[in-house]
Amino acid sequence: MGTSTENASVEQQLLSFLEERTKTPWTPDRDLFADGGLSSLFAMELVVHLESTYDIMVAGPDLQLMNFRTVNAMVAMVDRLRQAAGE
Amino acid sequence: MTSAAHEPQDRALVVLGAGVMGVGITTLALAHGVPVTLVDTAEGVLPVARGRIREGLRMAQMMGALPKDVTTGELTEVTAPAEVDWAAGPAAVIEAITEDAELKAKVLAEVAPAVTPGTPLISNTSSIPIDELAGAIGRPEDLLGTHFMNPSYLIPTVELIRGPRTGEAALRATRELLDRLRRKVIVVNDAPGFVTSRVLHPMINDAARVVEEGTASVEDVDALMRGCLGHPTGPLRTADLIGIDNLVDSLWVLYRRTGDEGCRPCELLLSKVRDGHHGRKSGRGFYTYERAM
Repeated sequence: MGTSTENASVEQQLLSFLEERTKTPWTPDRDLFADGGLSSLFAMELVVHLESTYDIMVAGPDLQLMNFRTVNAMVAMVDRLRQAAGE
Repeated sequence: MTSAAHEPQDRALVVLGAGVMGVGITTLALAHGVPVTLVDTAEGVLPVARGRIREGLRMAQMMGALPKDVTTGELTEVTAPAEVDWAAGPAAVIEAITEDAELKAKVLAEVAPAVTPGTPLISNTSSIPIDELAGAIGRPEDLLGTHFMNPSYLIPTVELIRGPRTGEAALRATRELLDRLRRKVIVVNDAPGFVTSRVLHPMINDAARVVEEGTASVEDVDALMRGCLGHPTGPLRTADLIGIDNLVDSLWVLYRRTGDEGCRPCELLLSKVRDGHHGRKSGRGFYTYERAM
């Protein structure tokens, strides 16, 4: 597991990224793609953003929309993939 | 290049043009196990297309649109129609180049003699009447139109345009191909913009005009159309997906053929094209994007 400080940092960065992109504030547990939220096409931008920002590769079973539905889910995935890459 | 004719399920789809729509159609076909020969004569386009197809397949997987029971088809890239293995007998040829009737007619006329009669020659277009292109080939009965939406691999319905001279055999073969690609097909008659563009494109033009006149922001126009009217993405984000340059081309096609002033592209759309802000594919349109896709 990454430290809580690292995860909090990723969380804050993602919230800032989303706010900048959508001109809307978000909370860590809000479903990005639920009614009134983002187009699901935005999910691929999130994939690209996470991969380039955190030097990870999202592939195989990780590549599914549920991993991008909330900031919390993305933070958990980034943490897991970074840990796996460091093993 | 020669080879024996392939079994129907192994026959490749030849896609002419590796721009946004050519890439999308190629991705859709590969995802459904159909081999594709992708042709583009412009230097440097095919390597970019290859990357976009890879991204498209990932996107399809993420959105649950990649069939799990199918092995992804094989992609062949060639830089000239003469390099296509025509002797293998492609399942169909889909022309997906720029929305320009003269160019489309020229390309179709160039490849038609190499294609076995009876093979569907399909022009993928958002607005150009199919019968305008039929004169360019010797077999107008083999010509028909498709209007795939973007991204083709995510949108399950396809508008299939039957020109006045389109034959039953071409229509049937194209329907079979689209069935294999698991698309829902709606057959419509030939007209400028057919159904979807005739209805949607003037509406997007109006949405841009509303922004131009200062009535509301881009974000608020889309939020209202999504939240109040159930539009899945909002008209201006849709414009970014279509490609604002393509949208303007299509609006001109509609305007010149119908005289409808609502189809004359507004200044905001024209300025975005002048500035190179073509939408998602250029990284900026009404919105900005993490990376051109």
